Amino acid sequence: MSEMRLPSALHAAPGSGAELLSELGLVLYCGAGIIFIVVVALALHATFAKPSPAGTRAWIVGGGIVFPLLTLFLLLNYTLAVGSAVAALESGTALQLLLDCFGIDAQKRIPPPSPGTMRVHVIGKQWWWEVRYEIVRGDTSTAVLANELHLPVGEPVELLLTTTDVIHSFWVPSLAGKVDMIPGRTNRLILRANTPGLYRGQCAEYCGGQHALMALYVKSQPRREFETWLQRQARSVTRPDDAFLLAGYEAFFKGTCPDCHTVRGTPATGKSGPDLTHVGSRYSLAAGTLRNHVGTMAGWIAGAQDIKPGNAMPDSEIYTGRELRALAAWLGSLE
Amino acid sequence: MSAPPNALPRPAQELARLEQAWEPPQGWRLLSAVNNTYIGLFYIGAALLFLVLGGILALLMRTQLAVPENDLVDYDLYNQLFTMHGSVMMFLFAVPVIEAIAILLLPAMLGARDLPFPRLSAYAFWAYFVGGIVFFGTIFFDVAPDGGWFMYPPLTSYEHSPGLRADFWLLGIGFIEISAIAGAIEIVVGILRTRAPGMTLDKMPVYVWAMLVVGGMIIFAFPPVILATALLELERAFHWPFFLAERGGDPLLWQHLFWLFGHPDVYIIFLPGAGLVSMIVATMARTPLVGYEWVVLALVATGFISFALWVHHMFATGMPHLTTSFFSAASMAVAIPTGIQVFAWLATLRRGQVQKATPTWFVLGFFGTFVLGGLTGVMLAVAPYDWQVHDSYFVVAHLHYVLIGGMVFPVFAAIYYWAPFVSGKPLSERMGKWACALMFIGLNLAFFPMHIVGLSGMPRRVWTYSDTLGWEQWNMLSSVGAFVLAAGFGVAFLDLLLHLRPKGKVDSNPWDAGTLEWLPLDNYGVRSIPHVTSRDPLWDRPQLREEVERGEHFLPGTLTGDRETLVTSAIDARPQYVLRLPGPSWLPLLAGLGTAAFFLFLTVKSLVASALGGVIALVSIFMWLWQSEPAPSARLYDVGGGIKLPDHMTGSRSHSWWAMVVLLLVDATIFSCLVFAYCYFWTVSAAWPPPPFGFPDVTATVACIASWTVSATVLFLAHRAFGRSAPRVPLIVPIALGTAFAWIAFVLAFRALAQTDVRPDQHAYGAVLYTLLSWQGLHVVLLTLMGGYTIARAIAGRASAMRRNAFDNTRLMWYYAAVQSALGCLVVHAPRMM
Repeated sequence: MSEMRLPSALHAAPGSGAELLSELGLVLYCGAGIIFIVVVALALHATFAKPSPAGTRAWIVGGGIVFPLLTLFLLLNYTLAVGSAVAALESGTALQLLLDCFGIDAQKRIPPPSPGTMRVHVIGKQWWWEVRYEIVRGDTSTAVLANELHLPVGEPVELLLTTTDVIHSFWVPSLAGKVDMIPGRTNRLILRANTPGLYRGQCAEYCGGQHALMALYVKSQPRREFETWLQRQARSVTRPDDAFLLAGYEAFFKGTCPDCHTVRGTPATGKSGPDLTHVGSRYSLAAGTLRNHVGTMAGWIAGAQDIKPGNAMPDSEIYTGRELRALAAWLGSLE
Repeated sequence: MSAPPNALPRPAQELARLEQAWEPPQGWRLLSAVNNTYIGLFYIGAALLFLVLGGILALLMRTQLAVPENDLVDYDLYNQLFTMHGSVMMFLFAVPVIEAIAILLLPAMLGARDLPFPRLSAYAFWAYFVGGIVFFGTIFFDVAPDGGWFMYPPLTSYEHSPGLRADFWLLGIGFIEISAIAGAIEIVVGILRTRAPGMTLDKMPVYVWAMLVVGGMIIFAFPPVILATALLELERAFHWPFFLAERGGDPLLWQHLFWLFGHPDVYIIFLPGAGLVSMIVATMARTPLVGYEWVVLALVATGFISFALWVHHMFATGMPHLTTSFFSAASMAVAIPTGIQVFAWLATLRRGQVQKATPTWFVLGFFGTFVLGGLTGVMLAVAPYDWQVHDSYFVVAHLHYVLIGGMVFPVFAAIYYWAPFVSGKPLSERMGKWACALMFIGLNLAFFPMHIVGLSGMPRRVWTYSDTLGWEQWNMLSSVGAFVLAAGFGVAFLDLLLHLRPKGKVDSNPWDAGTLEWLPLDNYGVRSIPHVTSRDPLWDRPQLREEVERGEHFLPGTLTGDRETLVTSAIDARPQYVLRLPGPSWLPLLAGLGTAAFFLFLTVKSLVASALGGVIALVSIFMWLWQSEPAPSARLYDVGGGIKLPDHMTGSRSHSWWAMVVLLLVDATIFSCLVFAYCYFWTVSAAWPPPPFGFPDVTATVACIASWTVSATVLFLAHRAFGRSAPRVPLIVPIALGTAFAWIAFVLAFRALAQTDVRPDQHAYGAVLYTLLSWQGLHVVLLTLMGGYTIARAIAGRASAMRRNAFDNTRLMWYYAAVQSALGCLVVHAPRMM
């Protein structure tokens, strides 16, 4: 996998919504910087210079009314235009505006995406992300993964954001502004990146105990590579032939793993934890807490509560050293 | 220049009698003091204590975040730390300290001897102090709230936050809000009715204007959060699903209600700071504030606009574009009144020869930080930009620049500026300079890097972070800055401990200020209440100090032997009557303790102890009210200038009538928020009532409204009859009858609901219906208590045509409760008409 880019709204991916926002940011920083310097200079001058009758109401009218009115008027128009460019503008009537003030209709007006737009469901959970690709329209069960999503370079991908427990917020600063995931609602976000890269995101709405350890990765990759990856994600796994991996496979079913995890193609159909069908292909474990390799996998299985206290995965203390190594190896092989 | 209203020489015993009336209690009995000079200082001291405690929590957090993957504290403690830090700073420091400063300063600025309800201030203080200490103490027992200071459900509901932690927040903060409202009533009525004769609205000091606006804002801003906390507590305790999406509730309703409070709250905290700065700037520049009218207009405008901004805290919730555009524009618009004030201060500093002393340095520190916070605020108002920085450390930076820059700096400027008002001499100039410099450097060092780390993707409220993200150097800077800031506070507190010695008698005006609080003062306030003819009386009438001190102005002694102050008309400040004020009493302390015990024991579900606390509070409040409204004298008192005043008034001229009206405004705002909740559920649902539920029975509803009409009419007839015959009969019978009909109405409303299959714990529909009913029931209980109290007064001979404020207030509440209950019944049926 390519190296991760530092998450930053200041270094946005080309072609992303965040790129527009970082340009907007530059305008804001420059404007604010100039105003700040002028006001502080005026304050120092007014305090230390000789008294002068020049300090009159004209200051108030000029500095307190005319200047901010003009500046804010321009700023508002400019930023509304940016806002429209970032999110597709939704039309509405005056009455609609009133209802909209309370965000009432937000969830009812998700228009069908333009044909061919990839649609991905991202579901926030304490404290990880479930990701479901809609390969066939309406079917979200074929490619299910966790804490990671991939985009074809240069193409917009539609995310439908929901939650099954508390409020979370989906934020990948290099790609787009954040959007909350709210019980009872479905929010929408369009992601796009024009160059290949690996981007980090993190839950931005405080969601309880381990809110700090709820990250995810977004990888943008060329179309062909993406398609290959997605087809592989949709595949089921089979019983391994290798004796060591088979030992791992059996260890998986010896423990309580299948109660919570699904591995498509095996009898493991648990729903509450992440789908592990292709866990070996993922960049991270435990929602960005650990880099994913055999060592961390074994460590995570044995000491999940030590690494991420309070999360739903128990420490597995039943395994022998060999079993643990075999289990980690088998899971790692699920690419 | 006109002659002062009273002639010299003054009678020999006049001053001695005045001193005797205002004699403060000695030794440990000082805790029973109720006058504003004592309560104000207690209050400020307690608020500063909470500033220190909240600050210690912040230092713990900054130590934890100084390096990546630190394990000084675990996630569980960290989540309690930031929740408590935010809650303590907002609810136990910021709002109380602004009310505390107002309680200390306002009477002197208005030329009053005290605020109109000294015992109410004392009660508000004790409830806050005791409740606040216990609330803070939860952190030592691992039961402190951990849902963040804005407590978003469903995280804070029963499923995801079992245990007591969230309950401590809801009940603890809930009643501290009540204390804030008590303070606001005191402040608003005090400003409107106890100004010195001649101090018309356009002659009030700017700070008084700021507090009037803030008092009004508290009255309308706190009810939404009081309702929200009540609803969430009902959801937690009885599983009434207001915020649970799977049963028709909506977590966003909480956010609307919370920020409908939360955003005005920011200005409730900032406007007093701005008012203090306006006073300090004018004095330090030795010139009247440039653009007084503009500044006043700006304060009022900010108050209004601040209620139309709340949605900018919710830009990331998936709001439609048009909504965000509207709130974006409104959020930017608030920059204009702030700009007006900033340029008024700059112009004033430019005009005058500025005194170079600690208050000036703090004001400059305020400019250098608050303006930056304001500018990042405009950035946050830009919705698309907010999508990036919302809930990141950028917001943490912004809010600390605004709150520390815009409020803490002015408060410390005020502490240094008004210290001589309390102890007769300024604090240490040297330590003040150090404190200011350290705080300024610390604030910038701690919070400026947070802008950058926030833009680099660091969300707020994380207990740890990885060392691979490029955040560590910024965090280290912030942590160092936090300790520098703390050192600045330390120096200022040391200065206060070493040099502030509150004195009863003070005669000091070191900055050569122009407003009334710099007159010579004693326990009784001013020796005589000045006749005010301009905005800066001490500048415009240099002999005023001596005149006032010699007793040449109004009310130079005590006329009834009690503590007294003048009540004047609200707009033009014409003297109306002499208000007899209560002296020291243990009752407010007892009532405050009882109230705190009621809520806190309720939280830990010790129902017996809780009930005991409630009874103590109720009995104390009844006893204190019993002593209020002393028997009016038939004679008129000469207060000076040929003005003869009664010592009592009834009806709309009475100060107590004004307080009642303000209280009803609070009540009506809570009710409106509840109606809003009902309409909100109605509009978010596809069908209303949600199947399979139906509407309550119409006949029973009509009967309920009819019964309320009878109940209120009976009270109205009693009002008409009162004064024409002996007071007992026209009070006792109608009140008893009115109470009976109120109960009948409530039972009818209850039956109308109980006969349907709607239950409060199945769906948000039932939950909100039963809450409307409970709100009606609460008012019936309240009317029973108030009615019983009024009857008791009538039996005890404490009611007459001249002594009827208790009855009038009960009557006002009665009319209000009847109208509210009828509307509550009707609004449920409103969807039928659609």
